[in-house]
Amino acid sequence: MSETVDRPKSFQEIILRLQNYWAARGCAVLQPYDMEVGAGTFHPATTLRSLGTQPWAAAYVQPSRRPTDGRYGDSPNRWQHYYQYQVIIKPSPPDLQELYLGSLEAIGIDMALHDIRFVEDDWESPTLGAWGLGWEVWCDGMEVSQFTYFQQVGGHDCHPVSGELTYGLERLAMYILGFDDGNEMPFNDPQCQIPLTYGDVFREAEAQYARWNFDVADTDVLLQHFIDAEAECARVLDAPADDPKTGRRIVMALPAYDQAIKASHIFNLLDARGVISVTERQAYIGRVRALTKRCADAFVQTQAGGWTPETGA
Amino acid sequence: MPDLLIELFSEEIPARMQTRAGEDLKKLITDGLVDAGLTYSSAAAFTTPRRLTLAVGGLLAESPTTTEERKGPRADAPEKAIEGFLRGAGLQRDDLEERDTPKGPVLFAKITRQGRPAAAIVAEVLEKTIRNFPWPKSMRWGNGTLRWVRPLHAILCIVNDEAGAETVPLNVDGIISGDVTAGHRFMAPARFPVTSFDDYTDKLRRAYVVLDPAERADAIWNDATNQAFAGGLEVVEDKGLLAEVAGLVEWPVVLMGRIGADFLDLPPEVLQTSMKEHQKFFSVRNPKTGRIERFITVANRETADNGATILAGYEKVLSARLADAKFFWENDLRVAKGDMSVWLDALENVTFHNKLGTQAGLVGRMAALARELAPIVGADPDAAEEAARLAKADLSSEMIYEFPELQGLMGRYYIEASGRSAEIAAAAEEHYAPLGPSDEVPTAPVSVAVSLAEKIDKLAGFWAIDEKPTGSKDPFALRRAALGIIRIVLENDLSLALADTSAKGAEALVTAGIAEAVDTVDLMSFIHDRLKVYLRDQGVRHDVIDACIAMEGSDDLALLVRRARALSEVLGTDDGENMIQAFKRANNILTQAEEADGVEYSYGADIKFAETDEERALFAALDAAEAAIAPAVQARDFPAAMSAMAALRAPVDAFFTAVQVNADNATVRRNRLNLLSRITRICSSVADLTRIEG
Repeated sequence: MSETVDRPKSFQEIILRLQNYWAARGCAVLQPYDMEVGAGTFHPATTLRSLGTQPWAAAYVQPSRRPTDGRYGDSPNRWQHYYQYQVIIKPSPPDLQELYLGSLEAIGIDMALHDIRFVEDDWESPTLGAWGLGWEVWCDGMEVSQFTYFQQVGGHDCHPVSGELTYGLERLAMYILGFDDGNEMPFNDPQCQIPLTYGDVFREAEAQYARWNFDVADTDVLLQHFIDAEAECARVLDAPADDPKTGRRIVMALPAYDQAIKASHIFNLLDARGVISVTERQAYIGRVRALTKRCADAFVQTQAGGWTPETGA
Repeated sequence: MPDLLIELFSEEIPARMQTRAGEDLKKLITDGLVDAGLTYSSAAAFTTPRRLTLAVGGLLAESPTTTEERKGPRADAPEKAIEGFLRGAGLQRDDLEERDTPKGPVLFAKITRQGRPAAAIVAEVLEKTIRNFPWPKSMRWGNGTLRWVRPLHAILCIVNDEAGAETVPLNVDGIISGDVTAGHRFMAPARFPVTSFDDYTDKLRRAYVVLDPAERADAIWNDATNQAFAGGLEVVEDKGLLAEVAGLVEWPVVLMGRIGADFLDLPPEVLQTSMKEHQKFFSVRNPKTGRIERFITVANRETADNGATILAGYEKVLSARLADAKFFWENDLRVAKGDMSVWLDALENVTFHNKLGTQAGLVGRMAALARELAPIVGADPDAAEEAARLAKADLSSEMIYEFPELQGLMGRYYIEASGRSAEIAAAAEEHYAPLGPSDEVPTAPVSVAVSLAEKIDKLAGFWAIDEKPTGSKDPFALRRAALGIIRIVLENDLSLALADTSAKGAEALVTAGIAEAVDTVDLMSFIHDRLKVYLRDQGVRHDVIDACIAMEGSDDLALLVRRARALSEVLGTDDGENMIQAFKRANNILTQAEEADGVEYSYGADIKFAETDEERALFAALDAAEAAIAPAVQARDFPAAMSAMAALRAPVDAFFTAVQVNADNATVRRNRLNLLSRITRICSSVADLTRIEG
């Protein structure tokens, strides 16, 4: 291989380069959301900010948890905790594809040597009541990103439309760094004094969480947490918009949405514990969707969601 | 005459939508042009992942000016009426001409529609087409409200003739038309103007874009087969995949890669499915061993290293995929060689249909029915029952969880691995057949028994819960199941009393508590309806089939069809066709007489009352026909029975010419009516001829 592009040396360097690249293109580089989520899309910077008319541009790493994917740290390419890199721009700029391809160059993929393809893949999230059209992006046959134009979120039509990019960081890094086993890829600079692999950082945690997710987590407690989160979400949203203490209009879409995220993650844990039957599954997904939909309804009643005292939503 | 070139340039269009989109573009634009008076001599649409292109040749430079004369009110009509007419015609009072007619002076208007230049019409039609394009799924993007399959970036629209090319001005939600396009996304992204369709295709080719999808597909196929041939191999043909891959690239570059040695022992179908579904690879087979040894992939660009990096990437992705497949295969083989009953037990937890119970329940019913059917189809009952019990076992395997489309086939592999006989293994694969009208039907007796059992249970089951197909809705593919039964019975020439068998199937459902009763009469008539459709496609008239369905034993489809074909054949002869007329005449006279007289003439005619030679000859002919038809029907020799029936034509015709049935002499009349009754009875013993039309 005679690539002319400067290739990154580690997992973290790929993240740093993405951060720099998107910062230079005007995105607010946010930090991960401080709650357990199943994918970067759940970050309110994507779900809620894709609603309403206000322009928005953000990029961030989101640690994501999928309890059923746990393999005790033994799998070369599956972890119950993994990273997604997420970019969301509203309205979607006309050159979003070119911007995206530029980001692949930035992390060391030489466009002159690789075969990049946009392959139809429509995106839908039943728990978020959201869907969009776009592609999975292939690099030499491997899916390296999901590229979506949001059409609807939380049951609301998106106007303007947001463009969303999601990079599966582990898989992408394994490809760029040339490792078949993700646990062996360097997390930091392999030339530094204390070189660490991805496995050094996460293998222990993977084993512990896999045991807890699959066998130990108390399902009765989790079921109760689900019910509590659901109730709290509804209670917060039922509160009147006008705060009696400050006299200001404060619609609490974000705190309510935190409870929806919580319910969604608890559902994933219960699923991993194997206590949700096929028929119940649909019912749980429907309950989470009902929460996110109400949060979306509330968000468009906030100023960030496009509400103004003059015009309303 | 000018030519028109349109290109709609967008982000990547899903491959599966491209062909249809090209056709729609062509139809919408050319229909719109013709409606506006612009005729043309040729039109062709082309698609790539990023463009929809239409080239129209020999367009009129402008639409012709037309005039139309419209008759108005009388010249002395009230002013209001005349004003209304003027408004409708868009004219002034002075434009009207007054003419004398037999009804007095009447006003006439001459309405002229000026011809319009092609560009103005094209702009209108194209804008309308873009705004109303019938994409199966479309989207908005950015701040806009325009919908397209993916963001639409540019509109190229030019009209060109000897004098040069002109851009047709158009602005669709800020996308302004031009004469410019762009080349390959990576190899030649620069934009460039074009002056004609030829100029466009030439420049595109230089910019690494092959416009015509058929040309891309041909190039891919030729290059793929050449590369395989050079290695002593052959590409496994897959037209659907070829079309899809041609829709994923603008500049196809065929690369042949290796499959890791670890994976070469996987069943070829597993390799093929995994490579096709996940990676859109063609399989490359060694013709000597039948094994899949390589793959062909199609990249969208040339590279300085001749695709080495790309191919290495593809091989790596494939290895990861196949490692999964191998893992499933090895786990499954362990179960198959050990104790397959785990899989059968697991079927207890798999719903077949929420009102029809589990797959395990289905398998139990299939096994019982297959045992019943075994002697009829020439299979060993034990083998048929065991084959049915194992036919769905693979649904519990890991491989089928991953690749459901391999169901049946994997069953065959796993049952073979378990050491059972080849015929039992084959039934797992073949009992699903036939899947389509051109799919082969099973012929091995065990497979036939299991396949019939599955389909009969399925039909009886959905009849039991009243989920029959309606109109275009047939979600459980019951029409296909019925056609499957029909084809298996006919192509294997089975003598099967289907009514009995479906009654047994129904009984099992009742015993299992799934249904209280099944309307098997209605089910039989559904199967007969499907048979009618099937035979109609083979040129057998529906009334001919009806005439045979009405006969006893018509649930034996092979018998029924033999009868129908013989009847169809005889109706094609002069004697046969005329005999039907004679039969109808006899039947009409007889029925009218029976109605009028209030009696049934079925005593049997007596030759002693015969008055003419023709009458006596008919007696003799009927004796001969009766003697020939009954044994022929008994022996299922319908051609012989039908021709004996048709042979009555001459004596019956002669009889009708010579005598008057309703004679004055009551005895003679009664005898003749009884004779007619005998004619109809004998004729009706071959088929219910009253149902024949015409």
